[in-house]
Amino acid sequence: MKGTEVWIADGSQTVGPYFRIGLQYLVERAPTLVPGAEGTVTIRGRVLDRDGAAVPDALLEFWGANAEGKYGSVASGTDFPAGFYRVPTDGLGAFEVTVQRPGVSAAGDGRSQAPHFLVLVFMRGLLRHLLTRVYFAGDESNASDPVLQGTPDERRGTLLAQPVVPGSTLMEWNLVLQGADETVFFAW
Amino acid sequence: MSTLNHVTPALEGTQPAYNFPPYVSSVARSPRLPLVLLPETLTERCGPVFGQGLLLPDDNDLTAQQGGDPQGERIYVHGRVLDEDGQPVRGALVEIWQANAAGRYRHKVDTHDAPLDPHFQGAGRALTNDDGYYCFKTIKPGAYPWGNHHNAWRPAHIHFSLFGAGILSRLVTQMYFPGDPLQPLDPIFNSIPDEAARQGLVARLDMERAEPNYALAYAWDIVLRGRSETLFEEARR
Ligand SMILES: [Fe+3]
Repeated sequence: MKGTEVWIADGSQTVGPYFRIGLQYLVERAPTLVPGAEGTVTIRGRVLDRDGAAVPDALLEFWGANAEGKYGSVASGTDFPAGFYRVPTDGLGAFEVTVQRPGVSAAGDGRSQAPHFLVLVFMRGLLRHLLTRVYFAGDESNASDPVLQGTPDERRGTLLAQPVVPGSTLMEWNLVLQGADETVFFAW
Repeated sequence: MSTLNHVTPALEGTQPAYNFPPYVSSVARSPRLPLVLLPETLTERCGPVFGQGLLLPDDNDLTAQQGGDPQGERIYVHGRVLDEDGQPVRGALVEIWQANAAGRYRHKVDTHDAPLDPHFQGAGRALTNDDGYYCFKTIKPGAYPWGNHHNAWRPAHIHFSLFGAGILSRLVTQMYFPGDPLQPLDPIFNSIPDEAARQGLVARLDMERAEPNYALAYAWDIVLRGRSETLFEEARR
């Protein structure tokens, strides 16, 4: 809030249905990664609403560490931030994004974090974006991750991308906005 | 071993609820289970850094992108991006999109029966300078109808997307124009409970920045969550 002694952050408003006009360019200006290339992982899935209907106008942003577990650098030779990926859903409510697989990173308190992305979820109908995380099923460091282990046991699986076949770098992860299989979302 | 603090929730009343029935689309798309407290790890304390090389020369001039003058009222929209200490956020990526002067978006799902403008795309972006300052030249968008309820019309607005320092400063919002009689009728605008917070989304007519015989101007400062002195593991460019 402006002009007061305490500066209060501005309120959020929905991206609405037409965000591609303003946000798609960054998808196109991003360095492209080839699915299956060394060090990459491809995450695909669908965004589902209360009724199990796929959401064709959602936008996901992924933020994670690089392969060495470091944050906040600019990818070499580009002005694009390493560890950041933006992907809209298609007409069927599906998304697919190929990313550099993040390494184990520091939590900031001496512990380490399993490879993961923080995921921001935007769409018409969301007045404020949702925050969640995605981890990789089968990674042994998941068992000691402070954030993952802080989620309710019965819902933890909603944060795990599953390989389509064991050992594959193609991983599936659906986002469920509401209902019995609701994805874990974080307060912020 | 130190301990991790939880991410601090926004101040009561300053942010919309996820489930806000007057905005009908929110009902089936908002979570119902309790949100989980998130420890603030390095992931949350760092954030993406965007370089100037990502932007094109006319990215902040929406009147110059399509080979001719767009229809409508030419305006400047400018201001500063600040953190919760009131300090400028440098190098913040500001992305905008909007309807044209007739209230029509250049988007295939916008079926409003108002004319498209061949000289208006309706998208811009800029990086703030060392004072946290940004400036766009554009045209004033029109109001447009939507299907939320009978005779629903959105007040004129420009969509804003911002990245500050640290991913938790991420903000997508809308800027409104002063004196618009549609604002009190709009469920999206009114989803922010606190009156002062809501009015914070309304820009101010700025006659000092206006150019005689050329363009009016609106000033809008934007406050992002967090502190701009966010940790970067590697040197910030
Ligand atoms: Fe709009």
